[in-house]
Amino acid sequence: MRQRLVVIGNGMAGARTVEEILARGGDFAITMFGDEPYGNYNRIMLSNVLAGVEDESGIFLNDLSWYADNNITLHTGTRIERIDRFAKRVYAEDGTETPYDKLIIATGSRAFVPPIPGLHRPGRGYHQGVFAFRTLDDTRAMIRYAKEHERAVVIGGGLLGLEAARGLQNHLPHVTLIHAAGHLMNAQLNEVAGGMLKDSVEKRLGIEVVVNGRTTEILGKHAVTGVKLDDGRVIGCDVVVVAAGIRANAEMAAASGLVVERGIVVDDRMRAQDEDDIYAVGECAQHRGETYGLVAPLWDQAKVLADHITGVNPYAEYHGSQVATKLKVAGVDVASMGLREPERDDDESLTFTEPRKGIYKNVIIRDGRLVGATMVGDVTKVAFLMQAFDRGLALPEERAELMFDLGGPAGEVKVEDMPDDEQVCNCNGVSKGAICATVQSGCRTVSGVMDKTRAGKGCGTCKSVVQRIVEWAAGGEAEEDPAASWYVPGIPMPKPELMNAIRLHGLKSVSAVFAKLGGEEDAKSKMGLASLLKMMWGGDYVDERDARFINDRVHANIQRDGTFSVVPQMKGGVTTPAQLRRIAEVAEKHDVPMVKLTGGQRIDLLGIPKEKLPQVWADLDMPSGWAYGKSFRTVKTCVGSDFCRFGVGDSTALGIALEERYQGIEGPGKMKLAVTGCPRNCAEAYVKDLGVVAIDGGKWEIYVGGAAGAHIRKGDLLATVDSADEVVVLTGRFLQYYRENANWLERTYAFVPRVGIDRIREIVVDDSEGIAGALDAAMDASVTTYRDPWKDREQPATPGQFRTSLPLTVLPQVPVRA
Amino acid sequence: MRPIGSVHEIPPGEGRTFAVDGQMIAVFRLRDGSLRATQAVCPHKGGPLADGQIDLKQVLCPLHLNAWDLTTGCSLSGQPDLAVYPVHLDHDTILLGDPT
Repeated sequence: MRQRLVVIGNGMAGARTVEEILARGGDFAITMFGDEPYGNYNRIMLSNVLAGVEDESGIFLNDLSWYADNNITLHTGTRIERIDRFAKRVYAEDGTETPYDKLIIATGSRAFVPPIPGLHRPGRGYHQGVFAFRTLDDTRAMIRYAKEHERAVVIGGGLLGLEAARGLQNHLPHVTLIHAAGHLMNAQLNEVAGGMLKDSVEKRLGIEVVVNGRTTEILGKHAVTGVKLDDGRVIGCDVVVVAAGIRANAEMAAASGLVVERGIVVDDRMRAQDEDDIYAVGECAQHRGETYGLVAPLWDQAKVLADHITGVNPYAEYHGSQVATKLKVAGVDVASMGLREPERDDDESLTFTEPRKGIYKNVIIRDGRLVGATMVGDVTKVAFLMQAFDRGLALPEERAELMFDLGGPAGEVKVEDMPDDEQVCNCNGVSKGAICATVQSGCRTVSGVMDKTRAGKGCGTCKSVVQRIVEWAAGGEAEEDPAASWYVPGIPMPKPELMNAIRLHGLKSVSAVFAKLGGEEDAKSKMGLASLLKMMWGGDYVDERDARFINDRVHANIQRDGTFSVVPQMKGGVTTPAQLRRIAEVAEKHDVPMVKLTGGQRIDLLGIPKEKLPQVWADLDMPSGWAYGKSFRTVKTCVGSDFCRFGVGDSTALGIALEERYQGIEGPGKMKLAVTGCPRNCAEAYVKDLGVVAIDGGKWEIYVGGAAGAHIRKGDLLATVDSADEVVVLTGRFLQYYRENANWLERTYAFVPRVGIDRIREIVVDDSEGIAGALDAAMDASVTTYRDPWKDREQPATPGQFRTSLPLTVLPQVPVRA
Repeated sequence: MRPIGSVHEIPPGEGRTFAVDGQMIAVFRLRDGSLRATQAVCPHKGGPLADGQIDLKQVLCPLHLNAWDLTTGCSLSGQPDLAVYPVHLDHDTILLGDPT
């Protein structure tokens, strides 16, 4: 028989959790109990209903047909009075009893109403004219009453109180907000930010704000006439709204024997303490000492609960939520996350205030990570800050960039100001309008939009703009893309987890990985997996040729007309007359349409048909330069000390040594290196994945994470060493760390700042993790098993390996240059 | 249906181009053993589709990684659709039909 699942609570938490369970294919006979007489509505929108900007009907989330469609039995207006944990039954106040196998408590919270004299009338509940602000019924009653009255007092200057005050302005002329603490929104904002918010609320909205005001009495016998404060002041009013916070609805759970403190105590799987079959979720739950009153944590909890109850992932755990909020509070933009004030002496705190515009910004940084931010009046940078806060991203050296858009590349334009026909992706020709249209058609993840439009799939420089357009077009409802953290799109795991699974199951081929971990083969994932498996297993890797990209199948770089380019190795960019003569002869013999010097100091023969590749390699009889792989490419060098009158180190010899050792090593992205003989940097070593600079005194500086392609970045100084041998060792160790830890196609210019140069230095140079030996050994194994792929030219590796794929096209299509 | 070659000309999981009556046809041998046939030239910028990577559903053009459904020919990345051909295996012989 199907398991019976009973859900107490039909609010946002209960319904969302059930949605998550259904989405995981959970097979339960579901019964839901709701205290309110309605389907499920979005409580957050009650402020909009009060303010008259949203219709009541617009706030319902799941109408009754949803319950019917999903075979959910819904009892509205039915309050559960007691749980019998041993008999596994719940008892409703109407006397009915319902058995369960699994129980979810999602009773939410209610308005906290402080014990103020005069608030209640004996036997009649609230004094006429006094309202809480929590439910749809509260809101309706408040609107009805306020329309016929003049002056309202709102008690409570938190988020809810401010929203209530703003909403009430639509129904009566005078609103006063009384807040017991010293500044508004004291749970989220510090004193200065709260003061700034108060100014805006008073001056711009015309709401009178009283802080440090403790209400001691509600005045008026039959109708409310005013409130009295502890300093003796009396504020006249005929409506009082109490919005002084919320309290978890946990009494029924406590009375039924569950462990309850401020909420129902749950473990990391959202199970009530010591109960195997009872879960609690949302505002009624207390997890690791915290109760939450916002929706974001609730979504996280619902997912973990659903993972666990359905068995989809019995190990799913909720570890608490870092609360970051971005709100329009009473018409003023406010965002806050993490700390309100610096806590330690060495916390960095940056503050900007512009009182005339009501703008306040503060960020708090600890150990290079964002630990708190507050923004009032201007929240333009909040999307970036939330990301940095959530994921612990490395922060820009120029700290002011955290608060302001400081000019710079096209990435910083405001997306809302861009015309629809403006081209965003210059590689694939995608306009802002095309991206917005895709979002409107229902695709709300950044990667989904990128897949559909191909925006950001070229050089990748526009990705951040694409992301911002998607977020803007989705109106803040862009969906978090779980796949963003996966190594490849077809296997739902980040790289470390994936590598563990590969090792655990001994998966040595790409098809084995799909069979064990992915379910279905995915073309877009094959290349990344092939690269990873080869790095992990070396000689034991089972090479399936179809997992390789065409370049790796034929060891040459495919060109626009389907021909290939051939770049022989030229270590350190040093060549000889004999080599040049041979290249010239090959070019003539095969009518090579273009001979070109590359940026990596080599010679490129372009326009070679696939079927001619083995012959060209044989005639050249030179090793492959690997100008086609996600691999170690070249080491660019300057003339160095042999000839240059400025050279202080033998850059060419070191460059050749590096290329000799690390040639053809594959990785998550291209690895382009350089060695330069003095800080004049003729070999452009500062902008390479790894660049080495000779400095006076026989020393070498090693820079990592540089780039000068679509992205421009100066590398970070990894170490300064005394000998060329040390450069060779550290290069290998850094490259191996990059190979093992970078995401697929993540170049060093993204990898190094993501991990942080200090962290990389600790591991690679100082060996703080004790893995330097293992990194060196792994790289050594790759180096010793290296074999020049151009040597394997006598026999095709697969039938038709070099067979043309365009048999009827006259090649080449690229015009021959005389 | 006419024979156009042997299945052993195509390694598992890869594609090869065949010239049939002045048409270029890319034939793919999926890892489940079945075959698919499409026009050989990418409608976007003329890339050789037989050089692309495939799975049981799609082929990716090697030039710009546009994707098409191998069975229906429908573009999965906003490009014109591909012509697809019925294709069968008779023992080891690839049999190709007229475009659908």
